Amino acid sequence: MDLTYTEEEQDFRARLRGWLAKVLPELPAKPSPDDWPGRRAYDLGWQRRLHEAGYAGLHWPVDAGGRGATPTQHLIFLEETERAGAPYVGANFVGLLHAGPTIAAEGTAEQRARWLPPVLRGDEVWCQGFSEPGAGSDLASLRTRAVRDGDDYVITGSKIWTSHAEVADWCELLVRTRPVGAEVPKHRGISWLAMPMDAPGVTVRPLRTLAGSAEFAEMFLDEVRVPVANRVGAENDGWRVTMVTLSFERGTAFVGEVVACRRTLGELARAAKANGRWDDPVLRRRLGRLYGEFGALWRLTQWNVSEAGRSAGGVPGIGGSVFKLAYSHARQELYDTAAEVLGAASLSLDEEWVLDRLSSLSYTIAAGTSQIQQNIVAERILGLPKGR
Amino acid sequence: MDFQPTEDQQHLRAGVRDLLAGRYGREALRASVDAAAGGGAGAAAGVDRALWRELGGAGFFALRLPESEGGVGLGLPEAVLVFEEAGRALVPGPLVATHLAAGVVPGAADGTAVVTAFDLDGPLVAHLGDADAVLGAAAVPAGEPVRSVDPLTPLHRVAAAGDVSAYRATGALLTAALQLGSALRTVELAVRYAGEREQFGQPIGAFQAVKHLCARMLVRAEVARTAVYAAAVTGGPGEVAAAKLLADEAAVQGARDCLQVHGGMGFTWEADVHLHLKRAWVRAEQWRTAAQAQELLAEELLAEALLAEELPATA
Ligand SMILES: Cc1cc2nc3c(=O)[nH]c(=O)nc-3n(C[C@H](O)[C@H](O)[C@H](O)COP(=O)(O)OP(=O)(O)OC[C@H]3O[C@@H](n4cnc5c(N)ncnc54)[C@H](O)[C@@H]3O)c2cc1C
Repeated sequence: MDLTYTEEEQDFRARLRGWLAKVLPELPAKPSPDDWPGRRAYDLGWQRRLHEAGYAGLHWPVDAGGRGATPTQHLIFLEETERAGAPYVGANFVGLLHAGPTIAAEGTAEQRARWLPPVLRGDEVWCQGFSEPGAGSDLASLRTRAVRDGDDYVITGSKIWTSHAEVADWCELLVRTRPVGAEVPKHRGISWLAMPMDAPGVTVRPLRTLAGSAEFAEMFLDEVRVPVANRVGAENDGWRVTMVTLSFERGTAFVGEVVACRRTLGELARAAKANGRWDDPVLRRRLGRLYGEFGALWRLTQWNVSEAGRSAGGVPGIGGSVFKLAYSHARQELYDTAAEVLGAASLSLDEEWVLDRLSSLSYTIAAGTSQIQQNIVAERILGLPKGR
Repeated sequence: MDFQPTEDQQHLRAGVRDLLAGRYGREALRASVDAAAGGGAGAAAGVDRALWRELGGAGFFALRLPESEGGVGLGLPEAVLVFEEAGRALVPGPLVATHLAAGVVPGAADGTAVVTAFDLDGPLVAHLGDADAVLGAAAVPAGEPVRSVDPLTPLHRVAAAGDVSAYRATGALLTAALQLGSALRTVELAVRYAGEREQFGQPIGAFQAVKHLCARMLVRAEVARTAVYAAAVTGGPGEVAAAKLLADEAAVQGARDCLQVHGGMGFTWEADVHLHLKRAWVRAEQWRTAAQAQELLAEELLAEALLAEELPATA
């Protein structure tokens, strides 16, 4: 057990801090949440700056265009960018945090060369087309069909809850390439494809979230042609590739947000001190408890990252489910506590935290609901029997 | 940074686990509970002196004492791993106080002395009847026995308490490690029972309601584990307080959930679950209560927040 940083790592931190102090004041103003083209431009702009400075894809393998940084350096990067209030990955979430790493781990040399550099350079945005109206938690029952026609798959079906679909260039798409039957269980006929979002037959219809914005969309696919060459992994072996994607999504994608939560807690403490609520011992202790819990969650990410660093390929382990369960709950509790600090002011959407409070309701649903995560922990970590 | 126990640390932990399994396994545990029950409900068994000396011989108490003073010369991370195992085995006695007394009270280091401490808020002291010394007191004070909720933790009421503030943080951390061991053990007990007990023609562990109880137990225990290990490495007061707070919760709630998984069996004296719960309740009151830990954390949060405001965002 060693939580100290080497001299090299401390240097890395110091250089990053210096760079952040220089570039952050030069950033343009944040676009409004409803301005999708503006958000895309803003997020890609930030990614370009990261790329120019050599910080893009820090933890990606070198042969995938990354910098091959150690897990610890990656953690330092997340810690420092969040602490400094640098922009969130935003529209780059899928490309950088799970589609990209999946292609790096499972794609061919050509596929890596085609798709990874534009993600790192901030030229292309990805979205995730996994969920369907009839396939949410039971993802493997998806029905969007891909039929082979020469060198193409012809795809028909629909997807739902596709975040950033409106501004994405590519979609990591799950399709059924073999009909389910007596011989073919539902997990065995799925393939993982990279679909261009501008292909004829793709229709995106924004869905309004409870926060009032159009954060995600429905996607209709009507005889969309996607080259067979865009398939990552073998035909019908997409479920295995999907597990890689999900372990990145649950394992490391949320790491930086823990730091953001700790920053928010600090702001809350100041606000409570300013408006007198700090004198309420119940509220004060609740804030103290959250501070302790987020501290522990940050340590848990360090734990998971050092474990992933020891595993082959750096694919995060099942510990990600433990983290996601604890984190999603703590984050919702954080914003409920924020509402207590604000009192009636928490009813106004003009307060920054109120929108965050609304968004935080998705944390126990997106990327696998808490119930599903609990099944995973119970069956795959604790070894309890599968069943109802 | 490599936040995983080293090979040496893992060996140490495994060694202690084997030692305790041989010397204080389930039969020994139940024998001490039975011994207490002989004294009637509310009676509690005292310290097994022979076991105490064996623990001393294994370096349990002298673990952090420098080798030059006859100790083992290891640090808090190792102590935490060892105490985690003692918590798992539910070893009774003032383990933490005696460990803290090594090098201070003669005989503590090798387990020939039993040392307790004023680690409970209020006028109660655990294991006073067995104590050769009390940390923070010049002499062993007189005490009035009270009926203890935990059959393996006798309690006495005393007139006045001494000052243990110098030991509070380390005491809280090692107690958190005991709680952690207990929490991890209750996960094991629940999972084993859920795999064995059948209802409606299948193991109850196949039912989601049971699965989810078990999964939440594990999540709490894993978060507590990271907090305890991190606090052992950094020794930061806030991290220690968080470790105690989270480990107390993991142990108390873990034991309750374990009891629920055991159904009617869980409500019996025969099942070990109540022993974990009762000990977890005692430990939650020792060295640092939840309210105290939360207040300490709140203070640290505010101090950090005010400091951050004074500095430029990226400094
Ligand atoms: C903000 C947000 C963004 C998202 N972005 C994307 C995206 O970009 N791409 C994408 O593909 N998907 C995305 N999703 C979809 C997300 O992955 C699904 O919503 C999620 O997996 C749950 O599926 P569902 O909504 O169909 O709920 P359902 O599966 O219908 O579940 C409804 C309820 O039933 C419970 N339940 C279902 N099955 C079980 C079971 N076996 N045991 C116990 N309880 C069960 C669930 O826990 C839940 O409480 C997003 C979702 C949200 C909220």
